[in-house]
Amino acid sequence: MRNAFVEALTELAERDPRVVLLTGDLGFTVLEPFAERFPDRFYNVGVAEQNMIGVATGLAEAGLIPFAYSIATFASMRGYEFIRNGPVLHELPVRIVGVGGGLDYGHNGATHYALEDIGVLRLQPDLAVIVPADRDHARNALAQTYEHPGPVYYRVAKGGAPIVGLDGRFELGRLEVLRAGRDVALIAVGPIVGEAISAAEQLASNGIDAGVSLVSSFNPAPEDELAELLSGVDLAVTVESHYATGGLGTVVAEVIAGGGLATRLLRCGIRGLPRGLTGSQAFLEDQHGISAARIVETAKAAMGIAR
Amino acid sequence: MRATPDARAYPAGPMVGGGSQDSLGTRIRLRVLEQSHRAGVGHIGSALSIADIVAALFDGVRRGDGGDRERFVLSKGHAALALYAALYETGRIGADALNSYCADGSPFGAHPEQTVDGIDFSTGSLGHGLSIGAGAALAARLQGSDRRTFVLLSDAELNEGSVWEAAMFAAQHRLGSLIAIVDVNGQQALGYTKHVLDLEPLDARWRAFGWTAEVVDGHDADALQEAIARVDPAADRPTVLLARTTFGSGVSFMENQISWHYWPLSDEQFDQAVAEVRSP
Repeated sequence: MRNAFVEALTELAERDPRVVLLTGDLGFTVLEPFAERFPDRFYNVGVAEQNMIGVATGLAEAGLIPFAYSIATFASMRGYEFIRNGPVLHELPVRIVGVGGGLDYGHNGATHYALEDIGVLRLQPDLAVIVPADRDHARNALAQTYEHPGPVYYRVAKGGAPIVGLDGRFELGRLEVLRAGRDVALIAVGPIVGEAISAAEQLASNGIDAGVSLVSSFNPAPEDELAELLSGVDLAVTVESHYATGGLGTVVAEVIAGGGLATRLLRCGIRGLPRGLTGSQAFLEDQHGISAARIVETAKAAMGIAR
Repeated sequence: MRATPDARAYPAGPMVGGGSQDSLGTRIRLRVLEQSHRAGVGHIGSALSIADIVAALFDGVRRGDGGDRERFVLSKGHAALALYAALYETGRIGADALNSYCADGSPFGAHPEQTVDGIDFSTGSLGHGLSIGAGAALAARLQGSDRRTFVLLSDAELNEGSVWEAAMFAAQHRLGSLIAIVDVNGQQALGYTKHVLDLEPLDARWRAFGWTAEVVDGHDADALQEAIARVDPAADRPTVLLARTTFGSGVSFMENQISWHYWPLSDEQFDQAVAEVRSP
């Protein structure tokens, strides 16, 4: 997905001279298309994320549209206060590109997992948090939001298969219902929605009618559409490659509480900072309860159905 | 969203502004004393420390307007009162605005906000401004402008590692239009810089980071202006002016006293301070 995102960004830069790309010394085999095409609009700021955000703030104030690229955990947290006091406070169109959210960095370990990026960034009012689910989705999300007036955080996965039925549709602040279902609403964010779709298929073979919906943005989040969806089911299960607290699961809980809904909510997400447990992304997603099999287990247990 | 100051008049305290015979630096000092006394707010020593630096920058040095104006980042945002005083004394804000300093509903707080016309960036968290300034200078280059960018830092602020990230970036990209001025008053919130994190040799440190560094008298506005005029924005190195200043400059009982980071002025202290600034 990150390559598709940078290809789309390079096409944008072709049309719009305001686009500038900064990187915190990351993006080998990803950023070259942009760097080679626009050497005067590409800056490797070095391993210095705070300065990257500060420089982006100065560029944006002058009318440019800077993209600041790094691994999601460094992009979102190393310069967090510079994000708050820079583009958020000044309402500037800085774009922060965080690559490989959640458990994407697999065997690289805890320092490389962005497990709270959505949560900490959505706390900043008017900082749009955008989480594409596949390549076409990422391309469309970028095309539709790169001129957004305020700051944006893009959580861009490393890889990810095309999401069946999504066809790249993206609209800021909208909920995408990929599959209708009466018994349980599975609600996911990002590429992990693929696991939710597989889980729905497995649940169907057990006679459980599970729907699948995709949330792709926060600030704005699709709160009204979520309320409508949630008012029609007894059980909702959120699925995110993120801490179960602070991100999608919390947003859905807020919608349920705020609307006085009776829907029961279970949140599939990472429960603690993983220590001493490495492995592939798929292995870790299973260990942390967000694989299709584990989502099925969670939904069945909630419905009182034996495994 | 750029708010204009609240139109309603704020009650003024004793106004003690100087006359045309006084230098801009002196007039800024008097406004700093007047407003901090009226509002009962501290940070007086820091604002007095930069009075002549701000005077130098606001006395015809900065060029251009609109999007091509030369940007100024007050990275040591806690000295905002000196900036407000300069905006007032150069006709950019009115008396109502100045007299709203730290009042309920005012945009003129103890740290500057970019919602005020004439203030380019909101600051207050130290170590942020030089990065913004580096971005502003890079933007000028990308936009084909020869406008300069000024960043005023405190010496204690150089404790922040992010300052040195920005310093390396500006040198690497040869941002000759970036002019940093460090208010070297030797003091910080809980002590003297030499006892907290010794910054010396400060000029050698900046030069080692690839900057042109010049030590100037931070209370000589003419010398500051001459040093700024000597900077060639097309040079291949950014410039830092290490402005040697006295914390609390102009008021004998404040000079080099850590406590004047904090205290507001009593009426007696106010009268004495004003008299000293008027007749140095």
